[in-house]
Amino acid sequence: MTPALAAASAAPGFLSPTGVEIAFVLVGIATLGAALVTVTTRQLVHAALWLIVALGGLAVEYLLLTAEFIAWVQVLIYVGSVVVLLLFGLMLTRAPIGRSPDADSENRLPALVVAVASAAALVWVVVDAFRTTWIDLDGPAQGSTKATGSFLFRNWVLPFEALSVLLLAALVGAIVLSRKGGRADARAGGAPAAAPDREDER
Amino acid sequence: MTTTTLAVLVPLLPFLAAAAGLLIGRTAPEFVRPLAVLPTLASLVLAAVVASRQGGGPAIDAATRLTPTGSVPIDLALHLDGFAVLVAVLVALVASCVQIYSTAYLRDDPRYPSYAALVSLFTSAMLLVVYSGDLMVLLVGWEVMGICSYFLVGHYWETPEARAASLKAFLVTKLGDVPFLIGLFALAADTGSFRITRILGAVAHGGLDHPTVIALLLLAGVAGKSAQFPLHTWLPDAMAGPTPVSALIHAATMVAAGIYFVARLLPVFASSGAALVVLAVMAAVTMIGSGLAALAQDDIKRVLAYSTIGQLGYMSGALAVGDRGAAVFHLVSHGAFKAVLFLAAGVVIHAAGTNSLAAMSRMSGLARRIPDAYWTMTVALLALAAIPPFAGFFSKEAVLVAAEHTALGHRHVAPAAAGWTVLVAGLLAAVLTAAYATRLWLLAFRGRGAEAPDHGRQPAAMTAVLWVLAVPTIALGLSVGVIGDWFDGHRLVPSLTTAVLSTGVGLVGGLVTYGAWRHTTALAARVPMGSVVAHPDAEPALVEIEAIEARTAAYGPAGDAPDPADPGRLLLGPLHRHAATGFHLDALYAALFVRPVQAAARLVRFLDREVVETYVRGSGTGARWLGTAVRRAQTGNVQTYLSALLAGSLVLAVAAVVFANVNAGS
Amino acid sequence: MHLAYPAVLAALLFCTGLYGVLARRNAILVLMSVELMLNAVNLNLVAFDVWLRDRLHSGQALTLFTIAIAAAEIGIGLAIVLAVYRNRGSSAVDRLRDTAETDEAETVPAGDDEDDDPADAATRPEDQATAPAGKAKKAEATP
Repeated sequence: MTPALAAASAAPGFLSPTGVEIAFVLVGIATLGAALVTVTTRQLVHAALWLIVALGGLAVEYLLLTAEFIAWVQVLIYVGSVVVLLLFGLMLTRAPIGRSPDADSENRLPALVVAVASAAALVWVVVDAFRTTWIDLDGPAQGSTKATGSFLFRNWVLPFEALSVLLLAALVGAIVLSRKGGRADARAGGAPAAAPDREDER
Repeated sequence: MTTTTLAVLVPLLPFLAAAAGLLIGRTAPEFVRPLAVLPTLASLVLAAVVASRQGGGPAIDAATRLTPTGSVPIDLALHLDGFAVLVAVLVALVASCVQIYSTAYLRDDPRYPSYAALVSLFTSAMLLVVYSGDLMVLLVGWEVMGICSYFLVGHYWETPEARAASLKAFLVTKLGDVPFLIGLFALAADTGSFRITRILGAVAHGGLDHPTVIALLLLAGVAGKSAQFPLHTWLPDAMAGPTPVSALIHAATMVAAGIYFVARLLPVFASSGAALVVLAVMAAVTMIGSGLAALAQDDIKRVLAYSTIGQLGYMSGALAVGDRGAAVFHLVSHGAFKAVLFLAAGVVIHAAGTNSLAAMSRMSGLARRIPDAYWTMTVALLALAAIPPFAGFFSKEAVLVAAEHTALGHRHVAPAAAGWTVLVAGLLAAVLTAAYATRLWLLAFRGRGAEAPDHGRQPAAMTAVLWVLAVPTIALGLSVGVIGDWFDGHRLVPSLTTAVLSTGVGLVGGLVTYGAWRHTTALAARVPMGSVVAHPDAEPALVEIEAIEARTAAYGPAGDAPDPADPGRLLLGPLHRHAATGFHLDALYAALFVRPVQAAARLVRFLDREVVETYVRGSGTGARWLGTAVRRAQTGNVQTYLSALLAGSLVLAVAAVVFANVNAGS
Repeated sequence: MHLAYPAVLAALLFCTGLYGVLARRNAILVLMSVELMLNAVNLNLVAFDVWLRDRLHSGQALTLFTIAIAAAEIGIGLAIVLAVYRNRGSSAVDRLRDTAETDEAETVPAGDDEDDDPADAATRPEDQATAPAGKAKKAEATP
């Protein structure tokens, strides 16, 4: 276990511990605000864009926590591809560009209640449990690329390979699901309509 | 073979015949008639042998333990004394004659095999009652007779009268049988045994603790079985059954079972003077009421039914004055002549095509068509009216003598009040008996009008048995000197005063009726009445069913016919209307018992259907409402589901944390 | 750094994403909210990994895996959303009511309410397969 107070009085990094905390808190506020806008705004495309801000903010947080590799992976994958995919999805489903009146369902009040209640419960439990716990950010970086590469390919090889199989399966599944005229129309129109459609596709 | 073995065979042979008949009746119909007649004849022969061996001497007892019951054991016991053997001979004789008669009467009946088997079973049950020395075994025979009478009276169950009559007979006798059973248990509890010998011994030595209660309970069953007032209402309606059944059940055997039972256990009844007085009053009411009712009936068989009730009243009157020898003597002679009367009535109905006396009185020449029935019926009616030298005279005289001796204080078995009641009622009933017997004879055989239809000769089986039974009717009187030895030992000869008195009143009754008939018969020609069925070749049973239906269709369900030429109307005067319905006793019972039970049944049906069913249906409806309510939550909206799920998990998590905190004393 | 900061931030982000999943109508917005929840989890994992100085770095490894799986999931999820959009004409989550039970689903088409269970069981699968009420609700898709 990490010594709590002793680490706090050790030699500081290039940012004082309190400085890291301040930075962390500020970026955290920004991230949280962006996330809140994402889930409340009526403009669908803006929601995606605010999501980018939130994910970027999280990348900065990772950096502050000395997990560099993860920070860059976050930017590359999440901001780079996931959000782009989401934007494509919005486009392909003809999402309204401006304000859309029915962006929220009727479930808002129960959702709000549940979310606020769970937030209160979680925050209280977490604060109560980790009141006297400090992270020691001095010492070797935990998440440098070198360290990541070594633990990933030494200790986590098998899950890594399994993950690639999973990615392959997801790829194949996405292709199968999005075939036009094969699976989708058969469900809607019945078997006789599927045959000529399949002919069309071939 | 020992007498005991023969005595065991006597009820056993008809029972085996009944079982065999029920089993093979359908598969081997050619055996049915021999199986009906031969075992009963064999039983008659064996009963006669047993009687001759017993000879009126000391009783023969034999017993084997049937079952220990923890308190009072039940034995399979025989008690053969003079009463038992003579009554058994009568029962077997009448049963044989009835079986032979039935072969012709029901020759084309599709249900004849089961009928014959039931008659055999009935005979076996009655013989068991007669020979039994243990009260529980007697009860078995008693009840089997009850159920057989239900089946036999309901033989023509296609007709509503037969269905109603069989059920009525069963229920009314059962109404008496319940107190009878309780009385048997009480008697066994008081004396510690079901064996007749031990019971009589206990009564002789120590007496009973509750003689009146026991006697009254047992009298209830006797009243039901032997059709005494107030449980006599089933007997006239039971005439809806076939005539041979009436001859067997309602003349000689089942109705005699009650009288026989009291005779067997007379010391038990005699130990309570109150019970004897009650019995005397019952007998008196029965005798007079049934005599009046018989004068008003139109159906020939109903006249005979009321006559049976009245004659049974004589027998119970004899028992009420404590003379069982007289009672059983009258039972035996009544059995003979009443059987003749019923069987002859069957022939008359077949020949005339009707059972209505009003219709028969407008037919002439009926007597010429059926000479056998005419002469035997005449003889039997004379015996019924107690005209010397026929059997009825001597047996009735024995009853009246016993009543007179009790009334005047020469016998001390019964209270004098009982004696006077029986004597006076007996003399009045003698008048009435002679009156209705004369009326029957005149209306049936001295009718005037169209020629009676010619249905050919009656079957020999039917006429032969009439003459066979006529022999004891005529000759039983000759045994009056010795028959007392078979019974209790005292002589049963008539005394001069009672003989003259009763014959005199009888002749008076007959002559008055004849005079009334002469007076009214002139009216007959002016008022045609008919309900005649003409079936030259049909079997007699079929003619009987149709005659019953035709009569009901013509005159309605009432007992009398609207016939101004009926001398009974003149004789009864204003009483005629009441007498025809049996003095409205049926209507009274319907109002007292039948209607409340039906109302209760309707109430129960209402409660079941509306109240209980409502709960049952309600539980189904409630489940369906609950389902509908729960279904409101199945909106299909995933977000709602998820919200509910998460809210629940949150509550559980918070609860767990709080609980842990509270426990850990955080 | 106090461990509470990343932990609390992660909790708040998670609940924000939770609200979005439960309250948004468009399926893509729901997917966005799911991404927020996953990211909150990632932050938590990284913070605890750094605090514990785990030799195996399981926290960070799992974070990487979570990111990869999230990417795969968003691919499949979008494919499904597009298929639904093509089929039903709308990507609103609350239009997809196939699992709804209505009162029409209860009544047996022929006969009275007191049929035996086998009769009900025989007819009910057909009712659910054809799902008249569900399809009727699906037909309310916005033009």
